[in-house]
Amino acid sequence: MKTCLVVDDSRLVRKVARNILEGLAFCVEEAVDGQTALDFCAHAMPDAILLDWQMPVKDGLQFLQQLRASDGGALPKVIFCTSMNDLDHIARAIAVGADEYIMKPFDADILREKLEAVGLVGKEPS
Amino acid sequence: MISASDYDFFAAFLKQRSGLQLSNDKHYLLESRLVPLLRKFELADFARLAQVLREGGSPLISDAVVEAMTTNESLFFRDKTPFDDFTKTMLPALHASRAPGQKLRIWCAAASTGQEPYSLAMLLDEHMAQIGARRVDIVGTDLSSDVLERARGGRYNQFEVQRGLGVQQLLKHFSKVDDWWEVKAHLRAMVEFRKFNLLEPYHGLGTFDIIFCRNVLIYFDTPTKADILGRMARVLAPDGYLVLGAAETVIGISDAFKLLTGHRGTYVHHAAHHAGHPGKAAGAGHGHGHGAGSHAAPASSAPRAGPAGLKPPVKQIGS
Repeated sequence: MKTCLVVDDSRLVRKVARNILEGLAFCVEEAVDGQTALDFCAHAMPDAILLDWQMPVKDGLQFLQQLRASDGGALPKVIFCTSMNDLDHIARAIAVGADEYIMKPFDADILREKLEAVGLVGKEPS
Repeated sequence: MISASDYDFFAAFLKQRSGLQLSNDKHYLLESRLVPLLRKFELADFARLAQVLREGGSPLISDAVVEAMTTNESLFFRDKTPFDDFTKTMLPALHASRAPGQKLRIWCAAASTGQEPYSLAMLLDEHMAQIGARRVDIVGTDLSSDVLERARGGRYNQFEVQRGLGVQQLLKHFSKVDDWWEVKAHLRAMVEFRKFNLLEPYHGLGTFDIIFCRNVLIYFDTPTKADILGRMARVLAPDGYLVLGAAETVIGISDAFKLLTGHRGTYVHHAAHHAGHPGKAAGAGHGHGHGAGSHAAPASSAPRAGPAGLKPPVKQIGS
């Protein structure tokens, strides 16, 4: 079973994401900020990370920069999931190593498609 | 609730106006699509709406009913496979077989809010090196003026641009305008949108190298499907491609086309000998004009007369 780490300071967003991801057969772990997420990754690198931008302690961008520079940190597929919905933020996220980007609010179809796009979910039969 | 007699009337009305086949088990669909129109036009109930249609005095309401019943979700790169075939098979084969400088023409026959023609425009932009300076025109047609107006604007909300589009494509091909994501101007310039009824004469359209007609035929009865396929065969280049929806087929409907072996949903003229990969397409070196009726269709694709006044369904995104 693939693991997805949901990094978001909103309990509601983590709960919604968990429901969707478990429906897609992911084992879901949660972190409330970037530093907690880094500690988790140092212990066990997940297959996917759903990452908020604005969080206390360490934000999403700082987390991603440090993750990608760490041992094994290039492996997880990172999907930014944020309300920072403009081209500049999206371009910055991609520049520091995000694989995909979801603009909040999102729904199950969008999350499934993005996981499909990064190769972690099989394509739905058309 | 819609009474049995009104249901029969709506079914006959939609068949006549749009070709839509409404079977007897679509009460829920009919009611759910028409309830917003009752509110919009301040009509008391379905019986009153049926009465208005019977009297024929309101083209606005008649058109709204047809549109409400024939709309569907439209996504960028919907189903993906046809777009892979487009770049890996169709485009290389047609580019190899056409004279330098001869433009290619693509028809999206149910363009809806524009996602399909703009998806093709994005691929052409990304594969510019593959086709060099060759000009490609995309014609997107639909029955609905409202839908086409949206398509021409090329603006989509954040839900629409996240379905089917990768983030790199979003960055490359869109600009942010207020809360909208707008297809870049040079891509919008590649697509011409026209209002068109699929059962009207096709001679004004010219001829095409590729026709995308996906998830449209499923709404029509068999004689109407055969009629449309016959008409399309006449405006498709001898070595051109017809792309249908994944759930659609020509088998048992028309002998004008056959499946391109190994390419689900992609059809070629029955008499064509496509090898299914670049450089071996039938008609290699055989240029064709793009004027109205500038090439003859295979004898097997002679069109049959279609019922007058039928209109094709349209697709529309639910935003």
